[in-house]
Amino acid sequence: MDNQEHKNEHEHHITPYSTYVYVWLGLIALTSITVTIAGISLGDYTLAVALLIAAVKSYLVINIFMHIKYEELIFKVFLILSGLTLLVIFALTFFDFTYR
Amino acid sequence: MANGTIAANLKTFYEEGTTKSNKGIWSWLLSTDHKRIGLMYLGAIAIFFSVAAILGVLMRLELIAPGETIMEAQTYNSIFTLHGVIMIFLFIIPGLPAVFGNFFLPLQIGAMDVAFPRLNLLSFWIYIVGAILVLVSLILPGGPIDTGWTFYIPYSVRSGTNISLAIFAAFVLGFSSILTGLNFVTTIHRMRAPGMGWFKMPLFVWATYATAWIQIIATPVIGITILLVILERMFGVGIFDPALGGDPILFQHLFWIYSHPAVYIMILPAMGVVSEIIPTFARRTIFGYRAIAMSSLAIAFVGYLVWAHHMFTSGMSDTARIIFSLLTFIVALPSGVKVFNWVATMYKGSIDPKPPFLWVMSFIVLFSIGGLTGLVLGALATDIHLHDTYFVVAHFHYVMFGGTGTIFFAALYYWFPKMFGRMYNIKVANWGVGLFFVAFNLLYFPKFIMGYLGMPRRYYDYLQEFSSWHLISTVGSWVMLIALILVIGNIVYSIFKGEKCSSNPWGGVTLEWHTQSPPPLLNFQEIPTVKHEPYDFSQLEEMKNES
Ligand code: HEM
Ligand SMILES: [Cu+2]
Repeated sequence: MDNQEHKNEHEHHITPYSTYVYVWLGLIALTSITVTIAGISLGDYTLAVALLIAAVKSYLVINIFMHIKYEELIFKVFLILSGLTLLVIFALTFFDFTYR
Repeated sequence: MANGTIAANLKTFYEEGTTKSNKGIWSWLLSTDHKRIGLMYLGAIAIFFSVAAILGVLMRLELIAPGETIMEAQTYNSIFTLHGVIMIFLFIIPGLPAVFGNFFLPLQIGAMDVAFPRLNLLSFWIYIVGAILVLVSLILPGGPIDTGWTFYIPYSVRSGTNISLAIFAAFVLGFSSILTGLNFVTTIHRMRAPGMGWFKMPLFVWATYATAWIQIIATPVIGITILLVILERMFGVGIFDPALGGDPILFQHLFWIYSHPAVYIMILPAMGVVSEIIPTFARRTIFGYRAIAMSSLAIAFVGYLVWAHHMFTSGMSDTARIIFSLLTFIVALPSGVKVFNWVATMYKGSIDPKPPFLWVMSFIVLFSIGGLTGLVLGALATDIHLHDTYFVVAHFHYVMFGGTGTIFFAALYYWFPKMFGRMYNIKVANWGVGLFFVAFNLLYFPKFIMGYLGMPRRYYDYLQEFSSWHLISTVGSWVMLIALILVIGNIVYSIFKGEKCSSNPWGGVTLEWHTQSPPPLLNFQEIPTVKHEPYDFSQLEEMKNES
């Protein structure tokens, strides 16, 4: 029974279409920023900015389009763990690229 | 452990399927029963393994003496690549999870099937499609690939052979791996029998769980990398190719970010099987249950952080080389935890050296040699000398073949009576393990020595000074062939002609031994309730009434 109620609770979170459209527009805006910035030389920061924008975009997609915002805690924990793993992998890779 | 599972001889899963008709080829090819799917994987994998092993023996024949013996250099290049690709992507990575994970994970947690049975069937077919793509890449004009199984840039962009198709096959196989992992994680979270808390799960389940997470998180990296190589070949994008301003070392990073964790996809389930077999044949509960369970997770996690130890001579920065060398030593710790706990489990046990146990003993020796020489390679200074020599070839055969390969046979010999309801010839099995062990060391130990003396890896020809070591190794490959025929032949014969046996011939206590052999379609007569610790042998008495 408990499970059943839980399920119903899920279905209550219906995101209005307008939100999707706004997020979509936001994603397009961010993409165009990435493209523009690629043409400007920011030196060492080029990569950092590109990665930052990509991170914001993933955050939006995962939370809104993929509904993680409304999911149970366990999903978020696993997502954050895999996100952290990715972060560590990035950091370690940069020990090579930065000091080469 | 369980009550109410008294086997009243239900129809076995061979007699009752998930499709409309219970018999015939389609009742297998379209079956969503995890046990049938596991057996189909077993059939496919046995074929691939045999083919690749024969390729290995052919290579050894070529290397019996310096100069051309039975094939040309280009053929040799293709054969070692094909041997590597089949062994890695079609045998050792899917091997244990796909065959024994599929068959025994649901049984060990007291479930009727995996969480997503249809997805499971899909994984199997994706695996088959991937394998067919590999085959197609061999016969199309252009010729079989010759890059080695690592597809290193820039050669993989320059080579005229069918690289794109062959690596696309690896991409497809990756999906099979991811879906299997997803299925197992969900199954373990959701489908455990009442009473089975996390710390009452058999250790094979823990190992499969840790493995499944690696499959899910690491495999997409190789998928993307493969797509980038294909893009590079088709359009010359300039990501990896140095001639176009790309970074070939970036390819190596991406490749090993997957492929190092992949070696834990290979070894973790094997370690799980060892933790099942030792208690059963030592009649003693496992020593350090939690330490073993947690070390699986630790290996899975730390395994992500060491990939660049494959790249010490590739032109990486010194900082990175030192950091990765250090991190590599840390992974040895949880592996050591396991070996010591296994040995401690056997201490003062009443050991019954049946064939599965003998396989495990052979594993402990071979895997320890493989693991310790891994540290020699992980140490920066020694690796500069040994990188890309036969020392590496010896090392990875000891861990992959001596480690996971040996345990594949151990698992087969342990669970065979449960899977087929029959018993193999014990005497022949004992001879098989013994001969395998001798053959293995004859075949691979000389490679350590040759490598140390400077024999480079992936070479078709060599200097006179290496010839006696090569000769010994080749003789070893013939003994290995005989051993494998004995080991596999015994199994194949016994599937059809073996003596019928009782449902629990070894006196195991985990849940799969609480049901009949072979199990019924839904595994148990009724879902068991777990009351005991996983390796509590005091329940053997009460289990006598079950069958
Ligand atoms: C009958 C058994 C086997 C024999 C005789 C054998 C022999 C060989 C030989 C001669 C090479 C080439 C070494 C070189 O030229 O550098 C090789 C490479 C290799 N083997 Fe085996 N092997 C056997 C089983 C296995 C198994 C069971 C695995 C994995 C589970 C395996 C994985 C590999 C890999 C990954 C390579 C490297 C391929 C490459 O360089 O790209 N082999 N083996
Ligand atoms: Cu590695």
